[in-house]
Amino acid sequence: MQLFRAVILRLLTTAVTLSGVAVIVFVVIRVVPGNPIAMMLPPGATDEDVARLTALYGLDKSIFRQFLIWAGGVLQGDFGTSITTRQPVLGLVLGRLPATLELSVMALVIATVIGGFAALTGTRLRGTRSEAAIDVANGMALSVPDFLWGLVLILLFGVLWPVFHISGRVTPSIDLPFTTNFYLIESLVRLRPDLWWDIVSHMLLPALALAIPLAAIIGQVLKQSLKETMHLDYVTLSRTKGYSETHVITREALPNAVLPALTLVGVQFTFLIGGTVIIERLFSYEGLGNMAIDAVINRDLPLIQGIVILFAVIFTGVNLIVDLAYAALNPRLRHG
Amino acid sequence: MRNLSARVRGAPDRLLRDVSLSVAPGEVRGLVGESGAGKSMIGKAVLGILPRAVEVLSGEILLEGTDLLRLAPADRRRRIGATCALIPQDPLTALNPSRRIGPQMTDRLIDILGWSRTKAQDRARDLLAEVQITDPDRVLRQYPHELSGGMRQRVLIAAAFAAEPKLIVADEPTTALDVTVQKEVLRLIAGMQARHGTALLFVTHDLGVVSKVCQSLTVLYGGLVVENTTLRDFFPAPAHPYARALLAATPKYTDPGSSLVPVPQAVLDGVQAQVVAADRGWRNG
Ligand SMILES: Nc1ncnc2c1ncn2[C@@H]1O[C@H](COP(=O)(O)OP(=O)(O)O)[C@@H](O)[C@H]1O
Ligand SMILES: [Mg+2]
Repeated sequence: MQLFRAVILRLLTTAVTLSGVAVIVFVVIRVVPGNPIAMMLPPGATDEDVARLTALYGLDKSIFRQFLIWAGGVLQGDFGTSITTRQPVLGLVLGRLPATLELSVMALVIATVIGGFAALTGTRLRGTRSEAAIDVANGMALSVPDFLWGLVLILLFGVLWPVFHISGRVTPSIDLPFTTNFYLIESLVRLRPDLWWDIVSHMLLPALALAIPLAAIIGQVLKQSLKETMHLDYVTLSRTKGYSETHVITREALPNAVLPALTLVGVQFTFLIGGTVIIERLFSYEGLGNMAIDAVINRDLPLIQGIVILFAVIFTGVNLIVDLAYAALNPRLRHG
Repeated sequence: MRNLSARVRGAPDRLLRDVSLSVAPGEVRGLVGESGAGKSMIGKAVLGILPRAVEVLSGEILLEGTDLLRLAPADRRRRIGATCALIPQDPLTALNPSRRIGPQMTDRLIDILGWSRTKAQDRARDLLAEVQITDPDRVLRQYPHELSGGMRQRVLIAAAFAAEPKLIVADEPTTALDVTVQKEVLRLIAGMQARHGTALLFVTHDLGVVSKVCQSLTVLYGGLVVENTTLRDFFPAPAHPYARALLAATPKYTDPGSSLVPVPQAVLDGVQAQVVAADRGWRNG
């Protein structure tokens, strides 16, 4: 019952947040200079053409009226029509969502594995030079932003030693037999290792670029959390039982150290999703972020709105998942 | 333990100064001294959990004739796990909050001693009953936060006896507890020790507690053993002036009417001089 109430409350606050985001985006993109209609028409178009199209997309009305019309549509599941492609925004956006989700989750997995390994190794080797080396590597990974890592990776593994693809989501000449846009998942479900590898070798570099800074954060936060946990009496007690240091760290300390690190990693993961906008552009990866940049360049107002709302939904969703995971992992809350 | 010396790495002075003491099978030895004297350090040395910053300089720690310090680290760890146990000071932090009581009691039996799961669980159940926990099966399934401090200390005591260790180190096992449960826990430890015939090194700063549960005691000052004696010899008349002063400073052993006597400065100076002399001998030898 308590959980039910918490979820309802959460959904209400989420609705308020999303409305706020919608209003701000709606107003901002209409206030900044740039006319989407003028940009889509050929150079010889008359003023009449412009006026006609402006009226067609409802851009001649006041911002307030435009918003009411748009919001009314959204409530019925209609996010409007993209000005540049003349297709429904919802379909366009949902079509790109899987690409970005797969990329983000892959980056999160890579970051967790690398960061977790760094934290555990650093804890195991604490007080030695190896620990210092790990700390230095962590600091370096953290002080370079994801898009610069993207450039470095393109130079290393796309130019100097071209083993991975640096552009696109899949080799264009391949005929995909897929029914969804979750290429990575579908290639696995359909047991097509050839396609799977083609997709992975396209995703790996952008995912790695996104993952490196997050891996450093996970490594740092988890290691700090482990360090505090390692001083606790139950860890010492476990040592006197005859267990090895590795066992003590992974079985006794780690489960308790993960919890405080989890919230921060959740927040950082939303930053990672934000990072996909530039990384997808850099690697010409056909996801939401790349679409967002095109939409902004073309002043495709309905499309920008749709994408921003979807990103906002993803962010709040991630936060919700983190909170639920926290509750699920904490025995105090589980059996409260 | 023979002539054990230890210091903080790189420090000029020793933390433990040629400490020698022994605990016979079935014996309870009290280890007393003021805070910072190095009592816990001795317990940690025996259990192989000295802080990284502390190094053993010389001496040996003999367990059934084997010098633990000469064993390879992994062997020493397993040997200690199989034959020694710790009753920790603070029951609130000595149990892992994310693991159930059952596995925390049986893990050593299964992983280190190779018992079967059922045998280990039966053993844990019996021990919980022995420390007067009424519903052992339920407690085994519970998480630490579901138990009171006194219950957790019982669990920890039971767990310490699980592998029938040769030696148990109890580091101020009642200091963190409420006064009302202190006595009960003390009686529990003494009773368990007597039934199982375990050697017990009882670390405390309270001579009153020593008089109740110990047969012999070691008085420590500044990492130096000041007196190593039996209870029978100690209580009428401690040999060392510092030990005598310590006794006079313990509430139970002064007349109710008289005020407590703090350890006189002259006595402190005397024992400090002894420490300095020991160090001089150590530096020159
Ligand atoms: N981790 C550590 N590193 C260095 N010195 C320590 C450490 N822990 C304790 N000491 C020092 O060792 C001495 C003995 O401490 P301890 O054995 O805990 O005393 P007590 O007799 O109160 O149990 C103290 O002077 C303390 O300052
Ligand atoms: Mg102590």
